[in-house]
Amino acid sequence: MKVPYFPGCTLNTTGKCFDDAVRASAAAVGVELVELPNWNCCGATYPLIIDNMLKLAAAAHILVEARQASAGEVRQVTTACTTCYNVLKRTNHFIRTHPDERDRINSFIEADYAGEVEVVDIVQLLRDQVGFDAVRERVTKPLKELKAAAYYGCMVLRPPAEVAYDDPDHPRSLDDLMAALGATAVEYPHKNECCGAYLAVKAPEVTRSMVYTILGSAQRAGAEAMVTNCPLCQFNLDKQQREMTNYYAGYQPIPVFYFSQLMGLALGLDIKDYGWDRHYIDPRPLVEKLVLAQS
Amino acid sequence: MRVRLSAQSVHNELVHRIEEYSGQDLMACYQCGKCAAGCPVAFAMDMLPSQVIRYAQLGLVDRLTESNTIWLCAACQTCYTRCPKGIDLSRIMEALREIVMFDKGSHINYDAISPEDVVEWPQQAFIGGFRKYAL
Repeated sequence: MKVPYFPGCTLNTTGKCFDDAVRASAAAVGVELVELPNWNCCGATYPLIIDNMLKLAAAAHILVEARQASAGEVRQVTTACTTCYNVLKRTNHFIRTHPDERDRINSFIEADYAGEVEVVDIVQLLRDQVGFDAVRERVTKPLKELKAAAYYGCMVLRPPAEVAYDDPDHPRSLDDLMAALGATAVEYPHKNECCGAYLAVKAPEVTRSMVYTILGSAQRAGAEAMVTNCPLCQFNLDKQQREMTNYYAGYQPIPVFYFSQLMGLALGLDIKDYGWDRHYIDPRPLVEKLVLAQS
Repeated sequence: MRVRLSAQSVHNELVHRIEEYSGQDLMACYQCGKCAAGCPVAFAMDMLPSQVIRYAQLGLVDRLTESNTIWLCAACQTCYTRCPKGIDLSRIMEALREIVMFDKGSHINYDAISPEDVVEWPQQAFIGGFRKYAL
């Protein structure tokens, strides 16, 4: 199946390894992600002032392009960056439910969009349109030795009525994906605890503490790696561990993967260009251990 | 600490602006505290999320505009998800940020961002940060 794909600005640059791995692993399970020919940044946060239509224009424009790209088939657009998913999904919902504001936005972006496209997160697509069983059947190198902590962050779960395709308090989709890849998904209470997101720009010491809460919880439950779906979560969880021992004595860092990197590994794809050297906590020792465990 | 309450302060113009920008009914809050209990950044705030809405209800807006709470909100939506009255506190936080910034200008120090940061940080951190902290 071919699905219109919105990469977003971060997956185009610092998160390129996430993008490469998503495209390759989706293709390996029969999903061709077709990048929208014309796209712009979604705006990275959903605007919360109720009458600021200008801030919705960027996301609305992407949805117009997505409708164009999926003309005639199932009208959907998928994205791997969960922040983009959240912005597009909430914008789409707003346009569907607010006709007056929809007219104002449409008049500004010179379009006529009324919410015809479905916004789908890539993990949701894999779960619902491919099926994790189908993913499992294509796994050639199961991640048998891996105890992974799936970390969902906020963007795919909240606000639940608008964006959640999973239980907002006890999400399972990433855990089930990890299980399909042969790994053990570790249970811990902080799967959906915010990492701090853009507070990294304002108050990195605050994100350090928030990230420590999540990582400490995962490690106490036995995790040897984190698995994320958002480039900003991945960055916060990864980078803050670099100096964590300066603040929390005896802290042991663990690598932070994108789920698609592990998908690529388990599906037997060529993973050498999956950006391993861009991680702050080097995942290569663990990756080598997993590869060796295959043989 | 002397706090002066009056009908005028409760119905003042700034409170009206908060409600207008956020679309939320401040008086719907009955101070159950679930927002403060669930907020992942409350540990770093000088005023709890539930206190923010309480001060807003009472019209004590000066203390709100001086607190660090509204700048530490990560818009994670946990408060809105848990509020039994369906109040979107994250919108109230954004309304307060806008009100302060309209008055005092953007709340970000661009010079404090080093060239290394510019290379390392994901774009969405900058875009999200600038959207929240700049006009």
